[in-house]
Amino acid sequence: MTNNGNGRKGPQLTLWEKLYFPEIIHGMSITLKALFRPKFTRQYPEERWVPPPVFRGRPVLVVEDETNVERCVACGLCARVCPSLAIQVQAAETELDKERYPELFEINMLRCIFCGFCEEVCPEEAIIMSKDYEMTFSNSKDAIFGKDRLLTPASQLKDRLEFLKQYR
Amino acid sequence: MILLVPLIKVIVVVLIVLGIVSYLVLAERKISAYMQDRIGPNRVGPKGLFQPFADIIKLVLKEMIVPENANGFIHALAPMISITVAVGALAVIPFGNYIVIGGQKISLMVANVNIGVLYILAMSSLGVYGITLSGWSSNNKYSLLGGLRSSAQMISYELSLGLSLVGVLMIDGTLQLDKITMAQSAGLWNIVYQPLGFLIFVTAAFAETNRLPFDLPEAEPELVGGYHTEYSGMRWGLFFLSEYTNMIVSSALMVALYFGGWSLPFINYAAMAPNLAALLQVITFFAKIGVLIFIFMWVRWTLPRFRYDQLMNVGWKIMLPLAILNLLGTGAVLLLVK
Repeated sequence: MTNNGNGRKGPQLTLWEKLYFPEIIHGMSITLKALFRPKFTRQYPEERWVPPPVFRGRPVLVVEDETNVERCVACGLCARVCPSLAIQVQAAETELDKERYPELFEINMLRCIFCGFCEEVCPEEAIIMSKDYEMTFSNSKDAIFGKDRLLTPASQLKDRLEFLKQYR
Repeated sequence: MILLVPLIKVIVVVLIVLGIVSYLVLAERKISAYMQDRIGPNRVGPKGLFQPFADIIKLVLKEMIVPENANGFIHALAPMISITVAVGALAVIPFGNYIVIGGQKISLMVANVNIGVLYILAMSSLGVYGITLSGWSSNNKYSLLGGLRSSAQMISYELSLGLSLVGVLMIDGTLQLDKITMAQSAGLWNIVYQPLGFLIFVTAAFAETNRLPFDLPEAEPELVGGYHTEYSGMRWGLFFLSEYTNMIVSSALMVALYFGGWSLPFINYAAMAPNLAALLQVITFFAKIGVLIFIFMWVRWTLPRFRYDQLMNVGWKIMLPLAILNLLGTGAVLLLVK
């Protein structure tokens, strides 16, 4: 019955454990084994992680490869569903079949929480989550991504489009 | 000439040891990383080998902040005491037997004092002044607690540290480290005769160097940084240096007292050319130190810190009686043998 300093009774130790040194050697054998275990460190800037298709990275607008036109019809559902009010859409008319297109499409990446609701709600599969997780900006103006940075050719987003076809 | 040789020896020893110390810091970081499934510093130079230089440049360039209500003089003095005492203890360590330059025998220890072991014990006891004074002069409660703990810890361990050594001194009948080494190179290493004394000495040495599991004066989780909370820049660096120098001194002392110093079994240095033998001896000595320092680091990254009362318990109720028992046993056996 050892007193562990705060008035409560400590655990019952066997004589072997009370000798202390054998247990120290046991502990040291564990750390010695750890010395030779494989390491998990990834050398980041040189060795980048390529996420699987389930990964929800920065939302982007899909551009058809053949026609070079974005799929978005500026319905505004994504802006409506966005819980953090990160998306702003302004619709305009166009001569094309889809009749409407987003004149202005901005996502504030400081507000975006990567929930993927915009992707889920989109009827045209026009806004989807990409694999991009590296976003840096030095001021809040740079954090607002306009169409210039959002438009991405569908060929670059094959993984995610396949994934959505399969599981949604 | 009489002054020149010791001066050169002093400069060489200090430079070599401080160089080793800066690489020990890297070694410690690497070992801890590998024990935690990480890789550790690997950016500066090939495999991170130039990391110590980056660290030192950073430390030198950083501002040395002195708290407003601190005692400025003592605040500046404390790290100097720590490093001076740590480096000073190196003076009586025999790194090898002797070298021959121009027909002259030059012994490979800075000062051949006839009370070598006592001198090291005295120096390492002085080291606590650096820590206690830094804790007091910082005018910070955490620093003060760290300094207090350090002096309490020293009182509890110095006794068993000294007593555990007496066994070795009784066997070899001298306080000179080079003679103890000589005696061991002729016969068996002292660890064979003094296993219990060695265990007590190792434990006390951990407490002496303020390393885990006895790093109560620092105790980051409880005391922020302990005695060096209010230090920054190179003054903090000096505490760091002295901690690692203390490790080298303790390991060197262990090697000289228990592991045969620069001698190796089955190797007869007397048959070799004296300078070649000296080189091999120095390499052997540092290799042995290296193994012991690895054990120091290995223990640090394995064991948790002792609580204050546990430390006192171990010091007074277990180690001191064991040390005295060891002393009595050794004396009885020596009496019977002679």
